[in-house]
Amino acid sequence: MAQAQIPLDKPPAADVGHGHHPEQWKWYHYFWYNTDHKVIGIQYIVFSFAFYLIAGMMALFMRAELYTPDPDVLDPTVYNSFLTNHGTMMIFFWVVPAAIGGFGNYLVPIMIGAKDMAFPNLNAIAFWVNPPAGAFLLASIFMGGAQAGWTSYPPLSRITNPNAQSLWILAIATVGTSSILGALNFLVTIWKLKIPSMKWDQLPLFVWAMVATSALALFSTPVLAIGLFLLLFDINFGTNFFRPENGGDVVVYQHLFWFYSHPAVYLMILPIFGIMSEVISTHSRKPIFGYKAIAYSSLAICFVGLFVWVHHMFTSGTPAWMRMFFTISTLIVAVPTGVKIFGWVATLWGGKIRLNSALLFAVGLLAMFVMGGLSGVTLGTAPFDLHVHDTYYIVAHFHYVLFGGSVYGLYAGIYHWFPKMTGRMLNEPLGKVHFILTFIGTNLTFLPMHELGLQGMPRRIAMYDPKFESINHICTYGSMILGFSILPFIVNIIWSWSKGPIAGRNPWRSLTLEWQTTSPPAIENFEEEPIMWAGPYDYGVDTVMDDSEQSVAEMLATVKEEMK
Amino acid sequence: MTSGIISNLFSLVTNLSQLRIKEVEVMQTAIETTNNDAVAEAAEQEAIEHSAHEDYRLLGLTIFLASESLMFLALFASYLIYRGAHPVWPPEGTEVELVFPAINTVILVSSSFVIHQGDVALKKNDVKGFRLWYAITILMGAIFLGGQAYEYMTLGYGLSTNIFSSCFYFMTGFHGLHVFVGLLLMLGVLWRSRRMGHYNATKHTGPEMAEIYWHFVDVIWVVLFTLLYILTHL
Repeated sequence: MAQAQIPLDKPPAADVGHGHHPEQWKWYHYFWYNTDHKVIGIQYIVFSFAFYLIAGMMALFMRAELYTPDPDVLDPTVYNSFLTNHGTMMIFFWVVPAAIGGFGNYLVPIMIGAKDMAFPNLNAIAFWVNPPAGAFLLASIFMGGAQAGWTSYPPLSRITNPNAQSLWILAIATVGTSSILGALNFLVTIWKLKIPSMKWDQLPLFVWAMVATSALALFSTPVLAIGLFLLLFDINFGTNFFRPENGGDVVVYQHLFWFYSHPAVYLMILPIFGIMSEVISTHSRKPIFGYKAIAYSSLAICFVGLFVWVHHMFTSGTPAWMRMFFTISTLIVAVPTGVKIFGWVATLWGGKIRLNSALLFAVGLLAMFVMGGLSGVTLGTAPFDLHVHDTYYIVAHFHYVLFGGSVYGLYAGIYHWFPKMTGRMLNEPLGKVHFILTFIGTNLTFLPMHELGLQGMPRRIAMYDPKFESINHICTYGSMILGFSILPFIVNIIWSWSKGPIAGRNPWRSLTLEWQTTSPPAIENFEEEPIMWAGPYDYGVDTVMDDSEQSVAEMLATVKEEMK
Repeated sequence: MTSGIISNLFSLVTNLSQLRIKEVEVMQTAIETTNNDAVAEAAEQEAIEHSAHEDYRLLGLTIFLASESLMFLALFASYLIYRGAHPVWPPEGTEVELVFPAINTVILVSSSFVIHQGDVALKKNDVKGFRLWYAITILMGAIFLGGQAYEYMTLGYGLSTNIFSSCFYFMTGFHGLHVFVGLLLMLGVLWRSRRMGHYNATKHTGPEMAEIYWHFVDVIWVVLFTLLYILTHL
């Protein structure tokens, strides 16, 4: 393989690329129906970020409530509704749409050299069903709120607040539709629109991750839809699916729900793994270690991930043979995940590391995710799970993987691709403050929860035994730090978007295709169809692509010389 | 001598001018051919892009139907769990007919062959035949839906009677919704064919998609019919 890939024939040295093309989108285009995948990607990210803030505020209220054992800050029903909507919004309205809809839409077509997605209109529709879904969800809060947790197990979800619960179901079914349409679009786009000179083993790892994510979404989301429709009919039309007195079975709901909702954690983490590969390879200036292993491990996670859902139901009267099968399959998922982690560590090893905000969040993710993964392995084994089921140990585990994994990854992605999306650089010191506050806040909030869970504090409940109070104080302080950590980030984004230094085409000297066009990219992404000469991660070649102030034209000349 | 020079000059000039004319002609033909080439190339490019886009649409539909089939698989799996938990199935008082739905099934399944005839006709550029076959398919689908509605009215029990009735109405109703969407798709195809003159032997992705969807709906019905009717009578 040749050493480096510079996919442009013309030296782009004269380019300054600062977003003032006449054909560039204006701000108001982002609030309107638009079929450009970059506009849709940013729409997804901003929309979901708003829900992240709302759901985060709910979490802060819940932590304030849990500061003391008694219900003094929130009414218990309000607590229940905040609990339900915090989980729902964080999953269905923040991580999934931001990672798949946002980064996926923005990056996949540029990374494969396409002009747009295969079905631009379908893509826009898939975004625009999200605002009504969000409206349903917000409306349900003001109708007393869905109270049954984000899992909404019947019979609780059938009995309490049927109207709010029905709206909640409609909201989730709507974003599910959006997710299916998006996944279909990604698969067709990657399959058909990748430039001819790009071979399958030259796809950036983010694109590979999106292949796995889309396949998983297509297989699992319809099952959730059926479960929710059955529940909707039970609530509103008197059907008997989950009414044991008439022959129904509540465990069927759990199967249908977890057949989606367990794979949903991979939906949330696989795109993040893709982001990690890009960020770590770019900022440690090294080819990714084990390209194929990382690509195939995404597919392996996608496949094995479809056979592990019962580990959420070890306490639901599951027979012993089933517990054994699902314990083993759950532990097997740790293998491809470990392959990825080792791949990234080996990439960092001996690299020429630039410890900027994007890489800080990526490395933070490694630490947090290993921690969450280890507690996940303990939870995947049935005997231990029976012991700590529905305690704060579970809460600690999934916040380590979801906050320390997905949210850190989204931050890393934003710090990494902000110059590409806006044409301007973010402020590094503010970014580092953001990272430090977030890292302290997350660990202070969620680490003590392991201990709370082992001591037996139940989750989901506003009141608790006074003996847990001191540890809960630590968690609440941590959550306040976490809440404040968002401020430098927001200030940074708003200030840099309007006044930040101009980024230029390729501020990180990255080799994937999206950095070879202007920042922000023009409407159809590339002036002319780019050509792949080599793999997307071939860094570290003698003279090419180090941190020196070598211009792209010089790099191009060097590479052409070497190609002869 | 002078005349010689003059004649030479003349011949030179005429030669030059002829040369010039020839050059212009060559250039013009060149321009024309490049124009023709460019036009032809553009047309060809457009045709390629068009067929490529049609290709994406078929792939997109296939993936969508794969996703849809997971919905029905989830329903079938839930139904089998409910069935396994009950020794008497269906519970007393909620039995289903067999003969009338069987006739209905025959109508729906044979409509798959009818719609395929429409596709065959279209590929032979027989647009009228294509429209006729599609109209017959729509009629057969509508008869099936009407038959299902008649069956619902005559059964004498409702959604909430017991777990079997809930499954029965939800599953057949959910399938009926898909039949209805299929009818809308075919009506759309017919409308575009009549009003806008779409579809011929080379451009037939729209009808093809309607046909694939219709086959899918039929296959699902065969499984549903087996589960809900035949297996409850054995």
